Amino acid sequence: MYRIVRREALRPTVTLLEVEAPLIAKKARPGQFIILRVDEDGERIPLTIYNADAAKGTITIIFQIVGATTEKLNHKAEGEYLQDFVGPLGKATETEGRKKVCVVGGGVGCAIAYPVAKAFHECGTEVHTVVGFKNKDLVILEEDFRAVSDVMKLMTDDGTYGEKGLVTDALKQLIEAGNTYDEVFAIGPMMMMKFVSLTTKPYGLKTIVSMSPIMIDGTGMCGGCRISVGGETKFACVDGPDFDGHQVDWDLAVKRGAMYKEFERHAYEEACNLFKQEVK
Amino acid sequence: MANMSLKKNPMPSQEPDVRNKNFEEVALGYTEEQALDEAQRCLHCKNKPCMQGCPVMVHIPDFIAEVAKGDFEAAYQIISATSALPAVCGRVCPQESQCEKYCVRGVKGEPVGIGRLERFVADWHNAHCTEAAVKPASNGHKVAVVGSGPAGLTCAGDLARKGYEVTVFEALHLAGGVLVYGIPEFRLPKSIVQKEVDGLKAMGVKVETDMVIGRVLSIDELMEEYGFEAVFIGSGAGLPMFMHIPGENLCGVYSANEFLTRINLMKAYQPGSNTPIQHGRKVAVVGGGNVAMDAARCAKRLGADVHIVYRRGKDELPARREEVEHAEEEGIIFDLLTNPTEIMGDDKGDVCGMKCIRMELGEPDASGRRRPVEIAGSEFELDVDCVIMALGTSPNPLIKSTTKGLEINKKGGIIVNEDGLTSREGVYAGGDAVTGAATVILAMGAGKTAAKAIDEQLSK
Ligand SMILES: Cc1cc2nc3c(=O)[nH]c(=O)nc-3n(C[C@H](O)[C@H](O)[C@H](O)COP(=O)(O)OP(=O)(O)OC[C@H]3O[C@@H](n4cnc5c(N)ncnc54)[C@H](O)[C@@H]3O)c2cc1C
Ligand SMILES: Cc1cc2nc3c(=O)[nH]c(=O)nc-3n(C[C@H](O)[C@H](O)[C@H](O)COP(=O)(O)OP(=O)(O)OC[C@H]3O[C@@H](n4cnc5c(N)ncnc54)[C@H](O)[C@@H]3O)c2cc1C
Ligand code: SF4
Ligand code: SF4
Ligand code: FES
Ligand SMILES: [Mg+2]
Repeated sequence: MYRIVRREALRPTVTLLEVEAPLIAKKARPGQFIILRVDEDGERIPLTIYNADAAKGTITIIFQIVGATTEKLNHKAEGEYLQDFVGPLGKATETEGRKKVCVVGGGVGCAIAYPVAKAFHECGTEVHTVVGFKNKDLVILEEDFRAVSDVMKLMTDDGTYGEKGLVTDALKQLIEAGNTYDEVFAIGPMMMMKFVSLTTKPYGLKTIVSMSPIMIDGTGMCGGCRISVGGETKFACVDGPDFDGHQVDWDLAVKRGAMYKEFERHAYEEACNLFKQEVK
Repeated sequence: MANMSLKKNPMPSQEPDVRNKNFEEVALGYTEEQALDEAQRCLHCKNKPCMQGCPVMVHIPDFIAEVAKGDFEAAYQIISATSALPAVCGRVCPQESQCEKYCVRGVKGEPVGIGRLERFVADWHNAHCTEAAVKPASNGHKVAVVGSGPAGLTCAGDLARKGYEVTVFEALHLAGGVLVYGIPEFRLPKSIVQKEVDGLKAMGVKVETDMVIGRVLSIDELMEEYGFEAVFIGSGAGLPMFMHIPGENLCGVYSANEFLTRINLMKAYQPGSNTPIQHGRKVAVVGGGNVAMDAARCAKRLGADVHIVYRRGKDELPARREEVEHAEEEGIIFDLLTNPTEIMGDDKGDVCGMKCIRMELGEPDASGRRRPVEIAGSEFELDVDCVIMALGTSPNPLIKSTTKGLEINKKGGIIVNEDGLTSREGVYAGGDAVTGAATVILAMGAGKTAAKAIDEQLSK
């Protein structure tokens, strides 16, 4: 069992949890993730490691409430325990030896983008960041990003905060303004990563994306997380999660991500009803 | 006077049309009367040919003699002297190619039901003997076991009995390996595995789940920083193979590992479970081993029409014969001498059919089995909406890639000597991690061999 030492609601639908997991905290590197189970009989869900504090022995995760399991997770209070917490899984993001990069984060994907941007920054890389949100109410981690960015653009779809527009608009502007990047790193919803990859392709700009297919074990045992990259099948949990965005078969990835939509919607409604009853 | 019936006492089982809709155990086990009667069929051959067929040399005629006398506990003690998991092996050993293959009663008629008797004895013991396992006095030596399948559990048990302080590290959230995530409840109830694990814990074995060795701790760290004097690697062969045909990544194409893990480990078969799974209307399972039979019978129980698609013939099916028979009785359709060439998908990316080609058997290949060859022009389409690939598995490269100087063979299996010692001092390995996908009893035997060698090394 893994104790929650800190819980912070960053936004109504985005929550931060700091969890005691000293062994994982010692090993974790940017880009890696954990798999957790909220309770006995719970499903296994992967979440990226937002921060690892080796001295304190804790791992911090940030998650968006999108369905049954994240809803349940959101109802866990400080001092309560998670049933299972395993990691660090996946390959760490390669951050060494780049002179200048652009990190693009979309929505809660920014929670994954931040540790990567920070790692680049700590390697002495010039870091440009483009972070995008639907609207002002959903903006997270603004100060964190500022601290590690040489140039930062904050976008909202509706213009209620920062600049109005999509992350791809801002990225294109930066490229057109003459910035040459060794690499663009994009994390966010699948559609966003697809369009970032399409944006950078004409410029021949190397683009790394962090894929988040449906996972179970996270150790290479089930093959459920497979995606197609450059015509080859890869298991995202062990071969990734980072892949060349220009090689990913996006249509397939989008379809596989939606495989259990029906079931998930139902499970979410049930979970919500359960918590509503408890409140009464 | 021996019972000269040519037939084994039949195994009481749930009716096929009932059991193919539930996940309860199919075979119900002998009653005492049936066990006594079956035990009378053994001729107590002087040279004990049956024993030669058992990888761990269970003293078969001796335990059967005790069953015949009605002293079931004595029978249990004889079996457990060489076998760590009798309740498991009695259920899942491929007896027809092991112990029972060499039974003289099989020359004319059916062999003695050795597996069924073994199961009976183990179940009798579990039901009647409640004395708690005692924790032996520690001898002060620490040993780590990686993986909690039959190899790891057996190695841990043998060492714990000798007073070693054993910690088992398991990557998943539950101990048991394939016995819990692969083999379905209806063939091996999980409570049996749980009982074995609880027994180890009572003997002082620590079981640490959620520990992916190679990620959270390396083998080198276990030895250098955590003071484990020896490590046994029983990490299995968990990596699923695919055919690399078009359409294999469509929604509704599963590896058998994923399908079975969702159902068994993650309990997708229980109503109200948190684990999603596609309930195919018509399912094709590709392959002919135990894994294929288990996947097919699970899919059937979830309500599908199920086809086994296998490229060789019936005689070549590598599954336990009993599983093939059970699958047939439950209404699984066998498309033999058939090989898939492409899986077709609709615009949503869901499976909507599978192209196949008929095969015939040609010349024997290196393994001595006749090689299947395609019959030109025999392509046809199978109407399916879910495909499960049960083509075999290979060892996961994680441990090898994170352990300095650990040698592996071309197929990814860890190289060991006859004591189970790897190329690294103090590091032993056994089971599927060494051999590639094999059997429970071989994994168990390898765990025993390594435990003995570790004891010899550390008690020097
Ligand atoms: C490597 C990786 C890192 C991730 N990091 C983060 C993160 O830091 N923060 C965050 O908010 N989310 C992250 N996710 C996504 C997160 O795992 C899903 O949002 C979560 O599993 C949804 O579960 P649910 O039951 O609440 O929702 P559901 O309603 O069950 O699912 C909603 C959607 O989430 C996806 N999903 C469902 N189950 C899984 C699963 N077992 N594995 C992966 N995706 C699934 C599917 O696309 C699904 O349609 C990550 C995913 C991966 C693979
Ligand atoms: C569906 C199915 C049906 C089968 N049916 C039969 C049958 O009827 N009869 C029979 O004799 N055999 C059968 N087998 C084969 C048999 O189950 C295996 O040969 C046997 O389980 C191998 O035992 P093992 O201990 O070597 O490995 P496994 O049982 O595979 O256990 C290995 C364990 O190690 C863990 N692990 C892996 N990597 C790590 C790591 N890095 N760190 C920590 N833990 C790790 C895994 O999670 C797993 O729990 C079947 C196999 C399957 C898949
Ligand atoms: S352990 Fe397996 S092979 Fe040996 S006697 Fe028992 S059933 Fe037969
Ligand atoms: S070979 Fe058959 S009959 Fe002979 S001792 Fe063994 S089980 Fe008994
Ligand atoms: S999640 Fe099972 S192989 Fe990747
Ligand atoms: Mg879910």
